[in-house]
Amino acid sequence: MRPDLFGDVTVFSIGPLPITRTVVTTLVLSATLAVLGRLTARAVVRRPAGRLAATARLTFGFLEDLVQQTAGSSSLVLTSFAGTLFLFIAASAIAGQLPGVEAPTVKLPATAALAASVFLAVPIAGIAKRGVWGYLREYFRPNPLLFPLHLVSEVSRTLALALRLFGNMMSGSLVVGLAVALVGLLVPIPLMALDLGIGLLQAYIFAVLACVYVGAAIRVGEEER
Amino acid sequence: MTDQAVLMLASIVTAGLTMGLGAVGAALAESRIGAAGMDALARQPDEAAGITRNQFVALAMIESTAIFCLVIALVLLFANPFITT
Repeated sequence: MRPDLFGDVTVFSIGPLPITRTVVTTLVLSATLAVLGRLTARAVVRRPAGRLAATARLTFGFLEDLVQQTAGSSSLVLTSFAGTLFLFIAASAIAGQLPGVEAPTVKLPATAALAASVFLAVPIAGIAKRGVWGYLREYFRPNPLLFPLHLVSEVSRTLALALRLFGNMMSGSLVVGLAVALVGLLVPIPLMALDLGIGLLQAYIFAVLACVYVGAAIRVGEEER
Repeated sequence: MTDQAVLMLASIVTAGLTMGLGAVGAALAESRIGAAGMDALARQPDEAAGITRNQFVALAMIESTAIFCLVIALVLLFANPFITT
């Protein structure tokens, strides 16, 4: 028995471009989240006292708090970015519990894409806040000798971000799969609950780390003043 | 034993060792984080939210080392580039 942990199932292909199962679940999940976001946004405007509106406000307050406390300052762009990451990873952890659905974060390419978005967001935020020169100067501080180390840390933390999420989610689904194969009834339930809890925690941690990395790129300039 | 058999044997033994030794370090470090978190909570119960948040982030960072070991062990077992089946 060799489970295919690192590959993916191709559902269909458009020309030479294979569309894997991860892509399909990612798109469906994104569409669901977008529709839910529209609905809650409309509920906030139309029925501010309703349950949906309260959910939306609580969620946004939670995300804003997270950004405020980890990045130091709250900005709508950063809140949307980290909030999107959190909601997507949490939603994929929840969706992974559905029968027949595999969470997209179980596959390495999906988590690598999420980590790459953080990797790209850091210089974009830094340049938007402090200008190209101001951002690039940070790499030569406190000493130009540290420039290679800065580069290595940039790459290695992105790698760690991708591998951490992938490892946690994949090990969870692997353990649940093993338990189902061995016992089948009732025994896997605590493991499934653990998998769900770990998935939500990892979503939180991913969002926090994204905030920390982006916040560090934004904030460095404020310390020297 | 053929070369492939030796490779498989080595991969399986190494995967077990990787996971076991990797888990030791992470477990020791996480126990220290848990103890320190309890200590801080007992001293300052008002700061419970912040302490718990930072504790979870630290736990996840430490745990990622064990997770890297797990990924390497699984690569050795299921996606070993040197074993041809």
